[in-house]
Amino acid sequence: MTSKISRRAFLKGSITAAGSVAVTTGVARAAKSLAKEDIEPLVTVIDISKCIGCEECVYACQESNASKFPEPKKPYPKMYPSTVPVQDWSDKRDTTDRLTPYNWLFIQTATATVNGEEIELTIPRRCMHCENPPCVKLCPWGSAKQEDNGLSRIDPDICLGGSKCKAVCPWDIPQRQTGTGLYLNLLPALAGNGVMYKCDRCYQKLEKGENPACIEACPEDVQVIGPRSKMVEHAHALAKEMNGYIYGEKENGGTNTIYVSPVPFDQLTFEKGDGKPHLDQVDNKMANGNNIARAMLLAPLAGAAAAFGKFYKQVKEDE
Amino acid sequence: MSSAHTFRKLVYGITLFFITLSGFGQMPIFDRYHISDIPGLGWLAQFYVTHSIHYLFAVVLIALCVYVVLDFLLDKKGFPRVTAPGLVKVFFILGLLVTGGFMVVKNLPGVYFSHVMIYILDLSHILLCMALLMASAYTLIKRKSWVR
Repeated sequence: MTSKISRRAFLKGSITAAGSVAVTTGVARAAKSLAKEDIEPLVTVIDISKCIGCEECVYACQESNASKFPEPKKPYPKMYPSTVPVQDWSDKRDTTDRLTPYNWLFIQTATATVNGEEIELTIPRRCMHCENPPCVKLCPWGSAKQEDNGLSRIDPDICLGGSKCKAVCPWDIPQRQTGTGLYLNLLPALAGNGVMYKCDRCYQKLEKGENPACIEACPEDVQVIGPRSKMVEHAHALAKEMNGYIYGEKENGGTNTIYVSPVPFDQLTFEKGDGKPHLDQVDNKMANGNNIARAMLLAPLAGAAAAFGKFYKQVKEDE
Repeated sequence: MSSAHTFRKLVYGITLFFITLSGFGQMPIFDRYHISDIPGLGWLAQFYVTHSIHYLFAVVLIALCVYVVLDFLLDKKGFPRVTAPGLVKVFFILGLLVTGGFMVVKNLPGVYFSHVMIYILDLSHILLCMALLMASAYTLIKRKSWVR
């Protein structure tokens, strides 16, 4: 921890300089205007080849969102049945090697073999902010919302911590903290289990026309943010330039986070598991439901055909 | 009772059962209470499966509703025969179709509903479902029919 703090101090000067540059770039200006004008969803492009794994984005994220972190009161109410898991990260707030309710962004270290040589890549990981986010669309309690600038976020005042958002998220991103939130005022023993937390893209900063904290803090300009069409173009140009690969543009029907890597994503080796999301191909999870939704438009026709058919048959019989 | 009427009742009964079950399956309760551990009920804890089943039975319900309404319209004596409990259930079903319809639209890509709107839709949909279930239980126990 101490080494991280001193490293932070060391990098502080360069961050300030990088921040000033970022604010004055065209991309930053575009993000600023889009936050107000809702023309297109905002997309971030993450150039993995630039990331040095310094974790400045991680600490900036924690600092920027500290006021949103849960402050659960102990002891937690007993939950039934006894198999319901208590998920308590309140004593492990310093954890930075995975996603937690107190750490919405972490650096994933991956290795790959290129031309017979093993290389290491560091990847900032957080919510992908899907174009059609299952966490928002399938929340049974209306706790999650998507804003017209493409970000999705969970309202901690409404969330009951059922963790359905995590179950339907292709990357299992949201993380639960027990002992906080609305469920405590309802039936804490029988329903709910806390609040789910994940990256909300620093919506409070976007509202003010600023960039998310992780982007502002990055000393290497790993991330850029801007309108979807421009960012997709930028990601493809970047991939072409480094002869690289893209992840996130098409996954789950498209996300508002696009990674560009010099190594194919399926050749990256890294630790996956709870709080440590994969980089596998993901089909559009909402596609089935939305295809059936189209069939709903035909349902009235089917009903009408059956009714008129019956009527016609009856008339014929009466004749 | 005609065979068409029996078939209609059967389709409605099956639809109401599965649409309600899959609707409750949208909440993370079957896993918590180990109901999905019962052999054959594992699908109740698979949200994408229950979501698709809910939608499929919504298709059937919409078709059935349109069929019944048109059938009553074409048979001019239809509507005056509807009983008060029948009308109450019609009201709840209509509410469910309207709120459900909005929720289907909400789930389409590129559709942004306000937080309040989503919350009202979710809450009213589940409350209307509970009301329909209670009304259905009442008419079943008291042997009240939809029509005179």
